[in-house]
Amino acid sequence: MLSSTADNLFWAARYAERAGNVARGIGVASRMAAVSARLGDEVEEWRALLTATGGDGGFYRKYEAPTEEATIHWLVFDPDNHSGIIPCFEAARRNGRAVRTALTVDMWEALNDSWNHLRQLTPEAVEGEALPDFLSWVRDRVTLFNGASHDTMLRTEAWRFVHLGMMLERADNTARLLDVRHQLFAQSDDTVADYVQLQAVLRSVSAVRSYQWIYRDRLSAKRVAELLLLRPELPRSLAACHGQVSKTLEAIAEGQGGRRGECHRIAGLLAAELRYGRIEEILDEGLHEFLTRTIARTAELGAAIEEFYIKH
Amino acid sequence: MAQSKIAFDEMRAEDGVRAAYAEIERWLRATPRELLDRKRREAELLFRRIGITFAVYGEGGDPERLIPFDIIPRIIARSEWDRLAVGLRQRVLALNAFLADVYGKQEIIKAGKIPAALVLENEGYRAEMVGITPPGGVFTQIAGIDMVRTGPDEFFVLEDNCRTPSGVSYMLENREAMLRLFPRLCARHKIAPVGRYPEELLTTLKAVAPARAGDDPTVVILTPGPYNSAYYEHCFLADEMGVEVVEGNDLFVQDQVVYMRTTAGPKRVDVVYRRIDDEFLDPEVFRPDSLVGVPGLMGAYRAGNVTLANAPGAGIADDKAIYPYVPEMVRFYLGEEPLLANVPTFLCERDEDRKYVLSNLDKLVVKLAKGSGGYGMLIGPHATKEMRAEFHARILAKPHDYIAQPTLALSTCPTVADQGIAPRHVDLRPFVLSGKEVRIVPGGLTRVALKEGSLVVNSSQGGGTKDTWVLEDEGPDVPMAQSQVQAAR
Repeated sequence: MLSSTADNLFWAARYAERAGNVARGIGVASRMAAVSARLGDEVEEWRALLTATGGDGGFYRKYEAPTEEATIHWLVFDPDNHSGIIPCFEAARRNGRAVRTALTVDMWEALNDSWNHLRQLTPEAVEGEALPDFLSWVRDRVTLFNGASHDTMLRTEAWRFVHLGMMLERADNTARLLDVRHQLFAQSDDTVADYVQLQAVLRSVSAVRSYQWIYRDRLSAKRVAELLLLRPELPRSLAACHGQVSKTLEAIAEGQGGRRGECHRIAGLLAAELRYGRIEEILDEGLHEFLTRTIARTAELGAAIEEFYIKH
Repeated sequence: MAQSKIAFDEMRAEDGVRAAYAEIERWLRATPRELLDRKRREAELLFRRIGITFAVYGEGGDPERLIPFDIIPRIIARSEWDRLAVGLRQRVLALNAFLADVYGKQEIIKAGKIPAALVLENEGYRAEMVGITPPGGVFTQIAGIDMVRTGPDEFFVLEDNCRTPSGVSYMLENREAMLRLFPRLCARHKIAPVGRYPEELLTTLKAVAPARAGDDPTVVILTPGPYNSAYYEHCFLADEMGVEVVEGNDLFVQDQVVYMRTTAGPKRVDVVYRRIDDEFLDPEVFRPDSLVGVPGLMGAYRAGNVTLANAPGAGIADDKAIYPYVPEMVRFYLGEEPLLANVPTFLCERDEDRKYVLSNLDKLVVKLAKGSGGYGMLIGPHATKEMRAEFHARILAKPHDYIAQPTLALSTCPTVADQGIAPRHVDLRPFVLSGKEVRIVPGGLTRVALKEGSLVVNSSQGGGTKDTWVLEDEGPDVPMAQSQVQAAR
């Protein structure tokens, strides 16, 4: 496959996944803000979300404080925020359009219809009571795109690069969401506020029910961390995502007669560490330290993939 | 052009509805306006969803626009098409022979059939091509011949397009749209299918690959990128043929061999169907500031390691000043009389022609010999005295920049207009493929001037498109149609 095609597919999938993750993030933050408004620190929630989405530097250059209004505008509309929902869809579509021939019609329509809708979006459509509907629409659209690729793409290299982008982005997202609330996992007292926060973490990866299915017990910080980091059953856990990343890279290598490089080594290492890691050791090291390391390693992996397959 | 003359209506002859249109006429009478409007909206939605747009950047407004699609098809009967097809084949054979000649032995010049300066000093002539014989001797593998009709048996070639003619994706997508919108109307006609075009194109491109490429040459489409107005078409054709669409950056040349960058390393390329202009192909040979080309591409081409379709320099054959000589080419190379007529053309650089043009400016259309897209024209009958005076001066100052033609009454087809169904002027661009043999898919792109009375069909100036139906017979069998029409009138 053309290197530039692989690049476009990889990024189309990454940006689509990112848009969905941002919508999840906003949904949880606005729910939490509604709860903590009574406690008087709802701004904290928006601040945390800005950190998780990575672009907070850009935000503070343009806006004074992370109010709900400013944060949502930044995360949905602002063209300066490359991780905003509309810029993400635009980038996903731009990448998809550049490789129209490599996408299936269903995938293209999922992106194109979304973009046609979003470019007519008014600020009122994401305000107040309308917000939850908008967010679930975004998640639906991303699910549609992911489902369309899953259902309609030939299982060739094109599909593997799409899957790779999706999984790498998802791994990165889960790590960031968890990292924002890492303090929660350092202490052991069991307050009501902690409970609400743990629930928010689970909700942001659609795992409230999954937790109950696996542990059948009260929420505990340690188990939530284990679920999101190490449990391969949860499709958004780091272990599951990095397992898929490594498996996909291996499949690409097999398809090319065993051609491998640095990216395969990093991916294998990351996957193994998560596959065989213990939550006690991770919490002993410090969750923040572990996640910082993993996020950096994921970025390194992205660069190595590009080095090996795209810019040779 | 000439509103003074009455345009030929392709649906209604003086003695009633023409046979090929009998069913369409009946359908139009039976279909309520609301339904046509609904179908029109559906069509627009369809095109928007599939993303069939042409890109207009830097003008403000929507950068991805739709070319308006008119839902009433344009019909051509089998016998009419057969005559056209034979003529198109002949014309393109002659154009290719001309190209091989002017970059080879130049016999047509030596024979005095065409002035040497007109060819050799023409901007479209590429001295870099002298001495190169592409595989099969074919220079213009994909030609689009613009035809207009003025009467039941009068077809004229308005213009040849030998460089990178576009529009074929509309021919294909318009048919898809019609089949989706009006399956029953389609079924009542025996419409010659156009869907094989991509297959025919691929066969043609493979047939002109360098000999060493073997049975399964690697073909790519070279596009300037998403900002090009025809980008959708480049992707569409690549998709339909199952080949890669590449930009300049995806290709590189090493030791006079062209490769594309793939995830599995470099892959050799044999045929480049290029949709970028000559000047941008190779910054080492043509414009050094080209960012969309491939350095070294011409070297690889000259070494015979890759085929470029169409060949650089093919534009000399479709130059407006060369156009009047095409009938002569047919006689010179094929020893046949031309089957397709040219529009009579006056070259202002010829003394006799210029004299005639200057004293008949009120009857003629004056065009820039280098212009395209309907810009820089004088439409004599519609022009003011001042405009004619201005062109008079311009022609005297630079006679070889101008050509003139009589105003033609382009035929009309029924078209959905704001007030109802109304006749609108149309042209036709069939596509002619030349590889080992000449292939023509029955049909082409019909462009329609949507504004009442307008003769400008260019999409940049308010033109739309129609599906073009070449019937497998002379028309649908509709008993009583004629008498019903008479009664309805």
